[in-house]
Order: sequence, then structure tokens, then C-alpha cells
Amino acid sequence: MNAPASNLSEAGAVLLRGRNITRRWGGLVALKEVDVALQRGSIHAVIGTNGAGKSTLINILSGEFPPSEGQVELLGQDVTAWAQARRARAGLGRSYQRNTIYPSFSVFENCRLAAQATHQQAWRWWQSAQHCTVSCGIAEDVVQRSGLADLRNLAAGLLSHGQKRQLEIAMCLATQPQVLLLDEPLAGMGAEETERMLAMLEDLKADHAILLVEHDMDAVFRIADRVTVMVNGSVIASDTPAAIRTDPQVLTAYLGDH
Amino acid sequence: MDLSTFLIQCLNALQYGLLLFLVASGLTLIFGIMGVINLAHGSFYMVGAYMAYALAPMVASTFGGGFFATLVVGVALAVVMGYVLEWAFFSFLYEREHLQQVLMTYGLILVFEELRSLLVGDEVHGVEVPALLAGTLPLGAMMTYPVYRLFISGVCLALALGMYLVFTRTRLGMMIRAGSANREMVQSLGIDIKFLYRVVFAAGMAIAVLAGMVAAPVSSVYPGMGDTVLIICFVVVVIGGIGSIRGALLAALLIGVVDTFGKVLLPQAAGVLVYVLMALILLWKPDGLFKAA
Amino acid sequence: MNTRLAFVLACFALLALFPLVAGSYGIDLVTKIMVYAIFALSLELLVGGTGLVCFGQAAFFGIGAYTAVLLSSDSNASSLAWLLPASVLAAAAYALVVGSLSLRTKGVYFIMVTLAFAQMAYYVVHDTPLGGGTDGIYLTLKPVLGTLLDLDKPGTLYGFTLACLVLVFAGLAVLGRSRFGRALAGIRVNEQRMRATGFSTYPYKLAAFTVSGGIAGLAGFLFAVKDGFVNPEMMSWHLSGAVLIMIILGGLGHLRGALIGAFAFALLQELFKSEAIFGAFAKHWHLGLGLSIIACVVLLSRGLVGLPAQLPARLLGAKNSEGAAP
Repeated sequence: MNAPASNLSEAGAVLLRGRNITRRWGGLVALKEVDVALQRGSIHAVIGTNGAGKSTLINILSGEFPPSEGQVELLGQDVTAWAQARRARAGLGRSYQRNTIYPSFSVFENCRLAAQATHQQAWRWWQSAQHCTVSCGIAEDVVQRSGLADLRNLAAGLLSHGQKRQLEIAMCLATQPQVLLLDEPLAGMGAEETERMLAMLEDLKADHAILLVEHDMDAVFRIADRVTVMVNGSVIASDTPAAIRTDPQVLTAYLGDH
Repeated sequence: MDLSTFLIQCLNALQYGLLLFLVASGLTLIFGIMGVINLAHGSFYMVGAYMAYALAPMVASTFGGGFFATLVVGVALAVVMGYVLEWAFFSFLYEREHLQQVLMTYGLILVFEELRSLLVGDEVHGVEVPALLAGTLPLGAMMTYPVYRLFISGVCLALALGMYLVFTRTRLGMMIRAGSANREMVQSLGIDIKFLYRVVFAAGMAIAVLAGMVAAPVSSVYPGMGDTVLIICFVVVVIGGIGSIRGALLAALLIGVVDTFGKVLLPQAAGVLVYVLMALILLWKPDGLFKAA
Repeated sequence: MNTRLAFVLACFALLALFPLVAGSYGIDLVTKIMVYAIFALSLELLVGGTGLVCFGQAAFFGIGAYTAVLLSSDSNASSLAWLLPASVLAAAAYALVVGSLSLRTKGVYFIMVTLAFAQMAYYVVHDTPLGGGTDGIYLTLKPVLGTLLDLDKPGTLYGFTLACLVLVFAGLAVLGRSRFGRALAGIRVNEQRMRATGFSTYPYKLAAFTVSGGIAGLAGFLFAVKDGFVNPEMMSWHLSGAVLIMIILGGLGHLRGALIGAFAFALLQELFKSEAIFGAFAKHWHLGLGLSIIACVVLLSRGLVGLPAQLPARLLGAKNSEGAAP
């Protein structure tokens, strides 16, 4: 089903859809018939216990490995067979649970390299990367927005953990994606850093479709527009935060343990 | 090619393949379990062959033993050497990057080569087949096949079976398999992982040394033999899949067939055929035939 | 940055002035070292620049050398203008083939596969009449460039080799700063992240591998012209090991590391082979080399390039910081 392009820029348009996603590892079923839809202008949180399959879901949506069954649609196109790099260029950004920044490069260079992905022009081997106005421009913009402008020349490995997580998101944004898949962006962050990150996500919401995998329940219920609960690879509930809070199945299976 | 010649070549291919499997299994074990790529593994094979040559007179004069006594002494020496080498050298390689492991074990090859050169010299030697196994078996009407080559195949099969039994039926094998999957957990269970690794390494070295000793009568003993075997073992591991014993067996037999029949049918291209095989398999399966067990 | 540039320029200046004071042995030795340096630079692009540990670089070196000799005519001196590009392209072509197959593999596999493909090339020249077997082939007439350059003269060859070295070094430095070079650096640090960001990493790696093979072929060409002789040992995996040692010894991740490493390695080799110092033991020079390699990996984690930073900073004044692009 190909939606006309113009519809995709409206708020509420479905930018990423996973249909009937199933993933088996030998005899183990990691994901079972999972449906998920990400709409522009909303934050969709996925919560669940460890081993529920949240990371597997993100990996399949971003293209790290294919599903055993099911389809992934990005901006109206079936991308199930597309490699990860191709999906990223088409507008799918993802951040990782552990920091995947480049520690030996400066903060600015981290962002610039990420921005380069959409303007590669690799064959111009004589041109210095620092003179590439496009990638430098995007990097400058992203560095300002993520609040790391003062640290732009610092080697990324020297940042604090919270700053590294912000850089991780910044790099994600540098590829100018329309869909963001964020795997535990708040992991290990202090209160102040969490506030900053949540404010940034609220800002981003308007132009993007965001999928958020998180364990921080307070944060999830504050900013998410929709919450999906997963247990043992299956979706047991998917609704507004208020409805999830009172859903008896969810309470027994998951929130009751908290 | 008539039937007898074909059978002979088949038996040769089997013998070569099984011998390769023996050496390669040590290599893939050490990599699969300890994560160390050991370029010096070929040198162990060479050490075995030179031991078969150099130890024989010593064993004969000390306790009057023959070939089999030399084998026993050689393997015992190899276990001790392996134990010491692991403690003194290889234990430092576990946490290092592959590049560093490659270079350090490459340096070790050079050291082994020169030590051998200093102790035994650089000449090519022959080792006599023991009288007990020196006969031949009739094959068809006119051809015969050397008993010793069947002995080699027998030894390799017996060792392969022994390894399989140790891995699947003994506590030691279970600990080794657990240690390769999760080092920290095994340690926290009170199992001495260092001791385990030392045992695995010593066993790997002893197997390579034994292979060299057993092969010496048919392949003769010469300086470059370690290098040749090492690279073919790499091809075995690449084709078979790293860490997979099953893969090493299949790959070794495949290479045995290709190499043996290649030498007969296309003598000039024989050296290259094995690599062409590797290239073709890589096109089809970049990770080798089997993933790690 | 400025101290590094000054160091490199000083090296080249010294090399340019060296023939004025050196005798024929010195010129021959330093020509050989410069060829090794070009060879080492080719591998540095792969290992230090892209994180690809190739253990078969000697194959490309050897193919460049063999092409130079096989395509040279016996009756007239061949022209440099086509013989050099032909050698480089032959090496690059083999690199393209090997790369397309081996770059699908990862980690240790890659090391083993590159080694195996180099052995394949070795066996082709060793066993088939194509390569002249173990005896090798002689280059009867060395190439010339019209009447301008006659590579038969040691002085001219020295100058030509130095020019090639400077061009390769400068070229790789520019490449390292370019978008292509930065992408390679990203692949080295975290290839998975690069893919997640939108880079298809395989074409980048293949391009680097092919360029690296071509540069190694250039080194092989120069070596063949210098010695006037090629034999299968030029494709031996011991040479692949030697060039890896050169860049580790010098220091990975730095172009000048390849320069320093080539010199240090060649000098170490001369040292251990020297009968004046080691007497009869000199024929066992592999022992000294082997022990040096092990010591180098253990003690000099950043290579000789890192040595100044590892010594007390006071002795040198300004602190070297590893920031953004090199």
C-alpha cells in the first residue's frame, strides 16, 4: 500500500509501520506477530521486562536483521528487504542503548560524519571534509540544538555519560531522519540531564515520528502519546498512557512488579 | 584412471584430509575457546615431525623403544611444552586484539624456526616407517596400499572420536564448552578458568605435535613444513567455519579430495586448486559451511 | 599538527640530500627502504585508516613486480609511461577480486582469507611456467621515460622513488582528510554505527582495498626495477608479515608511522644480519627479529610514533593531544 507522498507530511501520518513481525532464533520465538505504527507528531513508547523483545523489535525495524515473518513499511514503501544503510538514508534514524559515538573524534566531527551520510560525495577525494559546507552546516545546527555547542572541539570520549547520550541523539538527528527509533536514551542519566532530554524529545515530536524504548516509567508516562506493552515477545496492550495505567492485564504482567 | 588407482587416490585423500583435520581442529579449538589466533600452530606440527626424527635415536638408546615409544615421549614432551608456553606466553594474548595476537604468534614462528635451526639444523630428513606397519595391503589384482597410511588415518579417526567423547561426555568437556560461552560465569562457579585454558592449549599443541610425528614417515621432515600446513589449516577453518569441529572435518576431507585428485589430474594447477575451492565457497557462504558449535 | 608536518618535511629533505653524501651501497639501501615505505603506506591505508587487517599485502606487491618484468621487452627499454600504470593496475585488479570476496568476511576470517589469497598468487608464480618458478625472472632492460629518465642509473631511480614516496604520502594525507577518508575512519571505529547512519560500508572498504593494492603494486614495480629481478619470495607471506610489523613498529593510525616503521624495520634487519656484530650467529637473524616483534607489540603499544608522548612530556614542551581529524 503506497500512500501518496503529500499525505506523509501531515501530522498523524503513519511514517513507519511494522506488520505481523515475527522473529525466531532456532526454537526460540523472540517476537510474535507484533504490529506497530509510528505517526508523525507523536511519541510511541514501548515498554516491557527484560527479554520482552524490545531491542529485537528495534533491530528489525532499523534493518539490522530481517524478520522471520512480517513486513516493515517506511514512508509508504515496503523496506523489509532493504539493508540498514539504505533505510537510514531513506529517513530512518536510530540510537543505541550503549553509546556508539566515536570516542576519538571531536563532538563536532561526530555530528559532521553522521551528516555526511546523506551527502556522501565520496569520489571527491581531494576535497577536505572540513570544507564540506553541507555536512558542516548540518553538524553546526545539530550541535547547537543538542546543547553541546560549547564542547564541540572536545574528544567525544571525554564527555560525561549524559553528554554522550545527548551526542548519540544528536548524531541520529544529523542524518535528518523523519523517523527516530530511540533505544533507552535516558539510560544512566541524572535528573537534570533527563529533563533536558525530555524537553528535546518534546521539541522533536512535531516534525518526526518517534519510537521510544525505555525503562524509566515516569518519563514514559510524561511524554508518550501511545504506550505499547510487550511481554515475552508479544504485545499485550497498546493504548494511551492513561488507559495502560489502569489496564488489568498490564498491571499483573508488568507494572505490578514495580 | 582405473578402479585400483582411483581407490588408492581416495585412500590418500582420506589420509591427508584426516591429518589436516587433526591439525586444524587444534587451531579452531584454540580460537573458538580462547579467542586466540595462533599462527605458531604450524610450528607445533613441524616440531612434532622433527621430534620424530631427533628423538628416535635418544629413545632407542635410553629405553630401547621404537617408533611407538618415541610417539609417547613426544606427546608427553608436547603437553609439558604446551603447558609452559601457555603460562609464559599465550596467556598474555587472551585480552589482546587479533592484530597483536597475529604479530606475536608470528614472532613466535620465527623464534621456533631458528631454535629448530640451532638445535637440529636445516637439512631435510626422512623418518623410517616402523617395521610393524611397514607392510602393504593388496588392493585389487595388481595394486597394494601401504599399511602405514591406513595407520595414520586410524590414529586421526581415533583421536577425533576421543575429542568428541571428551567434549560431549566428560565433565572436563562440559566445563570447556561452558568456558568458551561465558568466561566470567564459569569463573564465578569456582572453576579455575586459567587451568582450563592451559589444558585446552596443551591438548591443542599435543595434537598438532602428534600429527607431525605420525606424518613424518610419509611427508619427510623439512624446514618449511610448518608454514605450508598452517596456511592450509587456515583454509580448512575458513571453509569449515571458525570454532566448528564438524566444519573442520568436512572442510579437511573436501580439501583432501581436491588436493589429491588435483595433483593427479591437473598437476600444474594443484597448488592453486585449494584456494579456488575456498574462493568458491566464500562466494556462497561468507561465514564458512557451519557456524560455531 | 605543525610539528608533525615539520618532521615529515625534514625527513623528505634529508632523503633528498642523502645521495650527496652516500656511496652506492647507501643509495641502494635507502632506495630499498623508500620502496618499503611506499609498501607500508599502502597497508597503513587499510589497517590504520580503515581497520582492515590484511595479511596478504605481499601478493599485490609481487604482482606489481612480476607485471613490470613480464611486460618489459627484452630488446628495447620499455617506456615508464605505460609500464608503471600497467603494473599498478594489475595489482589493483587482483586487489579488487580478492577484496570483493574477502570483504564479505569479518575479523579473524578476513585475516586468514587475505593470507590464503596471497598464497594462491604465490603458488601461481611458484608452480606454473608463468612465473618462471623458484628461479625467478630477470629484468634485462630497465624502463625509461623517453630521454628524461633512465631508471638504470641508481641516482635517477633513487630520485624517482623519492618522488613516488612523496606523492603517495601527500595523496594519502589528502585522502585521509577527505569525506572518503573520514568515512573510512568511521568504519574503523564502529562499522555497525556507520551502517546505522546510512553508509553502505562495503563499497568504501572495497575502494580502500583496491587503492591499497595499487599502491603496493607501485612499490613492487619499483623494487623489481631496482633489483632487476623478481622471484616468488616477493609474494611470500613472510613479506606480508614484515610489512605489518613495519606499520605496527612505526605506529598505527599515522602516515609518518609507516615511514618510521619502514626505516626502523630495515635497520633492524641489517642489524641482525650483520656478521660484524653477531658473527656466525648472524645467519639466525630471524631469531632476533622474532624477539623484537614480540617485544615491540608488548612494550610499544603505540609504536615509535607514540614514543615521544610516552616519554616525560617535560622533555618536549607542548603536549600532543589527539583531537579531531589527523
